[in-house]
Amino acid sequence: MLIYGRNGRKEKCLGMDIYYTEPIEKSERIPKLVADLYAKMPEIEAARAELITESYRETEGEPMIMRRAKAFAHILENIPIIIRDGELIVGSSTIAPRGCQTYPEFSYEWLEAEFDTVEHRAADPFYISEETKKRLKEANRYWKGKTTSELAYCYMAQETHRAMEHNFFTPGNYFYNGVGHITVQYDKVLRIGFRGIIEEAQEELAACHFGDADYATKSRFLEAVILSCGAVIDYGKRYAALAQKMAQEERDAKRKQELLTISAICAKVPEHGAESFQEACQSFWFVQQLLQLESSGHSISPGRFDQYMYPYYEKDLHSGKISREYAQELIDCIWVKLNDLNKCRDEVSAEGFAGYSLFQNLIVGGQTIEGKDATNDLSFMCITASSHVFLPQPSLSIRVWNRSPKALLLHAAALTRTGIGLPAYYNDEVIIPALLNRGLTLHDARDYNIIGCVEPQKAGKTEGWHDAAFFNMCRPLEMVFTNGYDNGEQASIQTGNVEDFQTFEEFYDAYKKQMEYNISLLVNADNAIDVAHATLCPLPFESCMADDCMKRGKSLQEGGAVYNFTGPQGFGIANVADSLYTVKKLVYEEKKVTIGELKKALEMNFGQGFDAITAKEVTLQVARAMKGQGREVTPEIIASTVQNILTMELPAEEKARYEKIKEMIDELPKFGNDIDEVDSLARDAAYTYTKPLETYHNPRGGIFQAGLYPVSANVPLGAQTGATPDGRLAHTPVADGVSPSSGKDTNGPTAACNSVARLDHGIASNGTLFNMKIHPTAMAGEKGLESFVSLVQGYFDQKGMHMQFNVVDRATLLDAQKHPEKYSGLVVRVAGYSALFTTLSKSLQDDIIRRTEQAVNR
Amino acid sequence: MEGSVNDYLKVSGRIFDIQRYSIHDGIGIRTIVFLKGCALRCRWCCNPESQEYAVQTMMVNGKPKTIGRDVTVAEVMDVVARDMPYYGRSGGGLTLSGGESLLQPELAAALLQAAKCIGINTAIESMGYAEFATIEKILPYLDTYLMDIKHRDSAKHKEFTGKENTKMLENAVKIAESKMCELIIRVPVIPGFNDSEKEIADIAAFADSLPGVSQIHLLPYHKYGEGKYEGLGRPYLMKDVPMLPDGKIEALKAAVEANTALQCQIGG
Repeated sequence: MLIYGRNGRKEKCLGMDIYYTEPIEKSERIPKLVADLYAKMPEIEAARAELITESYRETEGEPMIMRRAKAFAHILENIPIIIRDGELIVGSSTIAPRGCQTYPEFSYEWLEAEFDTVEHRAADPFYISEETKKRLKEANRYWKGKTTSELAYCYMAQETHRAMEHNFFTPGNYFYNGVGHITVQYDKVLRIGFRGIIEEAQEELAACHFGDADYATKSRFLEAVILSCGAVIDYGKRYAALAQKMAQEERDAKRKQELLTISAICAKVPEHGAESFQEACQSFWFVQQLLQLESSGHSISPGRFDQYMYPYYEKDLHSGKISREYAQELIDCIWVKLNDLNKCRDEVSAEGFAGYSLFQNLIVGGQTIEGKDATNDLSFMCITASSHVFLPQPSLSIRVWNRSPKALLLHAAALTRTGIGLPAYYNDEVIIPALLNRGLTLHDARDYNIIGCVEPQKAGKTEGWHDAAFFNMCRPLEMVFTNGYDNGEQASIQTGNVEDFQTFEEFYDAYKKQMEYNISLLVNADNAIDVAHATLCPLPFESCMADDCMKRGKSLQEGGAVYNFTGPQGFGIANVADSLYTVKKLVYEEKKVTIGELKKALEMNFGQGFDAITAKEVTLQVARAMKGQGREVTPEIIASTVQNILTMELPAEEKARYEKIKEMIDELPKFGNDIDEVDSLARDAAYTYTKPLETYHNPRGGIFQAGLYPVSANVPLGAQTGATPDGRLAHTPVADGVSPSSGKDTNGPTAACNSVARLDHGIASNGTLFNMKIHPTAMAGEKGLESFVSLVQGYFDQKGMHMQFNVVDRATLLDAQKHPEKYSGLVVRVAGYSALFTTLSKSLQDDIIRRTEQAVNR
Repeated sequence: MEGSVNDYLKVSGRIFDIQRYSIHDGIGIRTIVFLKGCALRCRWCCNPESQEYAVQTMMVNGKPKTIGRDVTVAEVMDVVARDMPYYGRSGGGLTLSGGESLLQPELAAALLQAAKCIGINTAIESMGYAEFATIEKILPYLDTYLMDIKHRDSAKHKEFTGKENTKMLENAVKIAESKMCELIIRVPVIPGFNDSEKEIADIAAFADSLPGVSQIHLLPYHKYGEGKYEGLGRPYLMKDVPMLPDGKIEALKAAVEANTALQCQIGG
């Protein structure tokens, strides 16, 4: 049960805005919808794959943009539709609740390879029937050699392939999937409907001259838009007809009336502009759903829902057409629907995005384009909706600025206290200047919303490629010690023998060179994928809701957006900072350890023994060396090598020395404790990623901008990283986002905040992510809420960008691991999103438990 | 010339801990500085390492830990000032605790003065065990006095804490009459010592009689300190004392509110 803190009190002071902040009870409908949604394991369906393949077979040789539009129309015309029991907002992409379709045009091999394991894997399992496997196999046969991933791979440099094999970075997200990561002009669809957009496209088309240089591409793009919008209109009418039919068969008078209303609404929207709040809700939903049927991209983010929906709410409320309770129920219904959409990723990516999340980020509050506070009733009601449905989607966010009403912040804090991990808090005072620095106008910057996890942009004008890759900043550090040698081959550039470095500066320079080289390969990978999407998967439907695609006659993928970015994420800053500090202090200043000794200690995992991953790596090296010498490598040799490594005992003296080195390292101050010297090293370490990156350009005419967040990739990518000089053991998770290393921040939440705020968040304009785990006692009572709000504000006053919280005690999480059945509803904050704890893999669960729990001091 | 105006920053003394993000001792987000040394020996004390002025070694998680260090006001304020943004947002600031801070009056006064110089809220958790002349020196720099009153009966007070309560009760009156700070009365509710309705009501009646006092906090007994006794090699005299039964503290709060005009709060 939610405790509303001060929510019951209205803000009524003279000169202040008045909001309706009374709690609204949830309707009986909502728990039923939620229970139905989670009754079964999600299932993979084959309809979309079959339909797109049918269409593609018919359109060989036509312009790609038209093929995309025709395929989209074919899917919408024929895909099975359903209205679930009790729904007020309709539109489902699968018959099974939380099911998913597949998108073979991006990649398909991984799914076929995982057909028999996908149901039982640790992260995000999906049921798939034998019948579906057969149908998908048949459809997939067409796609060999035609996918974006295959084309992208061909465009990449060989060095890039090698760097990816060695896990310096992974661009897997867009390599295997659509891009998504966008907020479109929902407001425009609500206002003029797709009929209005078709008219705009027709006007634009009429203005094209046969002699124009871009006539061919522009005219076909506009025709593709018209075709796509028409298909969406017809899709709405399919629902109108279905609702009508169901109404005729419905015995329950109340439900019958609901179905008739749904039918009337779907006959009108999204074709025409919405007039009522319910029409606006339905129209919004079709856009949100169908964007995710056009391509498999995730993080399609509703953005500033409280702003663009408000006029419809206000009008209905004042005319007495709608009660607050009904408006709340409709919003709650949308919240449930946002959890109905799903996506199956490959096993590795599923680890990195664990929790069945689609990262549909919806943000409330903040300021208007004129710089006034934007809070309204819906800002409160969106927060209430998350407490009502208590599900991970939408990824609810709140914009905080110097004039955010305290009532709204307390309302948000009360939601945070439930432990759902929502909302995430964002700081206007950092993000707006950061966006201005990237060339946004002041109006556009003030109107920002968040995409996916933490990525700010201006809706309807940006193709941000916000989640372009994960870059593991610890791997280049390893390369400094190995001179670029990794797993038996030269995997990166040579920066000299580490034993020869006489000063910390030499060491640090080598790190910067390793970073710069691998960043250039990361850019190479992203740009190759970018070209592949533009070539093979331009998206006419998505593009018709973003400026200036129609004017330029180009899809978003081809550079049609006003603002174009590519935003890959670096992570492991805390590890790099603490590692640099170790090297600086222990090796070069205090000279307690030689750099050679440190290198050995890392190789030997600080004398802590080797795990299976190291054994495999070392065996691979041995095998390569033997092959190089022309010797035969038999399975027996491999097996005995692995066995030797796993049982290897170091000489006692050597082991003791490595353990002593680890002890000395553990005693050094660490990032996250408000210690200026360490923190300024962390600030500088972050620059080794953020600064080189912003010098690069993408094929859409935009620049690269860094993010500093890991989603949940810090766990799987940490498993590919050896021991690091901060005392981190081999293959354990690296630090997430800009947060201190797990368990290393021991001076309380304000100290951790101060340290993190010392990083330059403004340059990381693709977003930074700061995870904090708070013990429930620290948020108890009104005082707990007030202090929590002050903590967020204090961090933001020091120019932190983002903050999110897990409010749950360690004992509860440990118990949930033991008895998952008791905790099926336990939602935790993973990274830029929340997920059901029991659906996460064991290693990710462990990582969440390890994150420092900031208890209140007594 | 008598030295510079910033001389108070050089004052030194002995503390045993600094805790940041404390939200239960005074307004807003606070940093608590624990001064070492106490005049009383309360049987239930949850910070037994605070009692001796001498630097001690206490076993913590199997490792020896040195308790107590000598610091200057400047050193302490370097830590305290780090949370300025949070004090600003929450109205919080510095709280002195102990031990009995008044046993190091120069340090206490200088810390509070330093806090006032950087514009933050100040509070002290104290039993008022000192000459009033000493207390008078800190009052100009003090916003809130959180004063422990454990019992009205002086003999019983002495039996359980080692000292009579006369001076402390007198000081409570004088502090209240000075009107130089907010005075809040705090009562640790200890089973078998002061947990009867009558005993609590007596304290509440006294608190209610003090001019300007409007709040009383009932702090329920807990055993968090037990491990520390072991770590110090001391017997824990409260070992066999049961916890307050469920609902007891709420009943006491109701009794206080029924018989006085005070606002009563459970916990700090």
